[in-house]
Amino acid sequence: MTAEPQAQIAVRKLSAFFRTTRALKDVNLDALPRNVLAVIGPSGCGKSTFLRCLNRMHELVPGATISGQVLIDGEDIYAREIDPVLLRRRVGMVFQRPNPFPTMSVFENVASGLKLNGIRTRYADQVEKSLKRAALWDEVKDRLGESALSLSGGQQQRLCIARALAVEPEVLLMDEPASALDPIATARIEELIRELRERYTIVIVTHNMQQAARVSDWTAFFYMGELVECGRTEQVFTNPKESRTEDYVTGKFG
Amino acid sequence: MPLAHTDKTYEAELKDLRDKLLSMGAKVEMAISRSVRSVTERDSELAQKVKDSEREINRLEVEIDDSCRRILALRQPAASDLRFITTALKIVTDLERMGDLAVNIAQRAFDLNQAPPLRPFPDLTKLADLAQEQLKKALDAFVESDVQKAEEVMKGDDLLDAIYKRLFNELLTFMMEDVKNIRRTNALMFVAKHLERLGDHVTNVAEMVIYMVRGTDIRHPRSRELEQISRK
Repeated sequence: MTAEPQAQIAVRKLSAFFRTTRALKDVNLDALPRNVLAVIGPSGCGKSTFLRCLNRMHELVPGATISGQVLIDGEDIYAREIDPVLLRRRVGMVFQRPNPFPTMSVFENVASGLKLNGIRTRYADQVEKSLKRAALWDEVKDRLGESALSLSGGQQQRLCIARALAVEPEVLLMDEPASALDPIATARIEELIRELRERYTIVIVTHNMQQAARVSDWTAFFYMGELVECGRTEQVFTNPKESRTEDYVTGKFG
Repeated sequence: MPLAHTDKTYEAELKDLRDKLLSMGAKVEMAISRSVRSVTERDSELAQKVKDSEREINRLEVEIDDSCRRILALRQPAASDLRFITTALKIVTDLERMGDLAVNIAQRAFDLNQAPPLRPFPDLTKLADLAQEQLKKALDAFVESDVQKAEEVMKGDDLLDAIYKRLFNELLTFMMEDVKNIRRTNALMFVAKHLERLGDHVTNVAEMVIYMVRGTDIRHPRSRELEQISRK
């Protein structure tokens, strides 16, 4: 993956630390615009840390620091003048467990990001558009005023995706977005990822290798904080270059 | 020593599949060898043994297909495991066809052995020896994941074809010398043709071994070149 000029996310010599523990070691990786990059690897390999470095959530952990660079559209997101809150608008994130705001309605959940960010817009239009993009509109259009918790787990997760989309991000980060969902809800999320790929650059962390194989264009394999290999997903799953990747995707460790 | 799969049952399933393929390969090798001898040594009892072994070979084909399907459905194999399974699915068909060819040769032996012997044709022995050598080498290449052996097999097939062509012409000439030869020589021509076909199936196995080991498909380079040109 060396197409540097077109990379939407360019990671250069990125290391991440929790106090003195080094969780990521000199990672160099590009994510191309409107492509899905899957990050796989055994527990503790640094894949979630990597994801959290892409929207500066890593530094929210006490004692957590980084070195190296993360460029989004060529801009260093760790530069002094970058406001992390504004950055997180451009780089949306979806988590493992759906986390809608429990006291808010479906509508308010989607509109919350807009309000928090002081975005002046016609909320109703933006909420509808976001719910449509998250493939949830048809299921909730008649119950927008109901509590977000009245939705099923899969619907809640798509609601969280809609909430992330409402502020018009460029990049969407997903940390195990389907691991708490049943197979049908998972299939919906995966289908949604393929649709979202038309507009957004997506980086997804997953334990589920078949999921990575199904949804991504590129797959990066992390092991013990290092990027072992990144290649076309098809190549990584049929003919990986590195023996550690081979051993992992065939189920020999991890 | 390469790492084993964390899931021991999966590891055992893959080993079992490999063992079945090897066992099928050994049976095919035996069937071909016996069928050739049933012609060269005029031994109809051996020919009968070849016919009897067909059922076992067919049974293994079904079992191997079944194992592959199970593993694909339940294990979602990746990387070298995936290439091994797809190779197994493909070479099992070639092995089964080789078994059929052994039966076809044995069938000709029954006919030939009921008639007085013809004069020896050294090229027929050469063809049979080379075909068996090729088969053995291809199966070894599979067992040992040996790309070099597989490549040797692919080269060897050209020689096999050349001997076949030469033998064919010799048999044709022999046939024309005396009408009484036609029936028996025709049977030998079939035997030769079956051996030549055997060589093609052996080549398929060798090509799949290269795919299995390297992950690159080397089949039909010419037609893929043409496709790329037409796309441009």
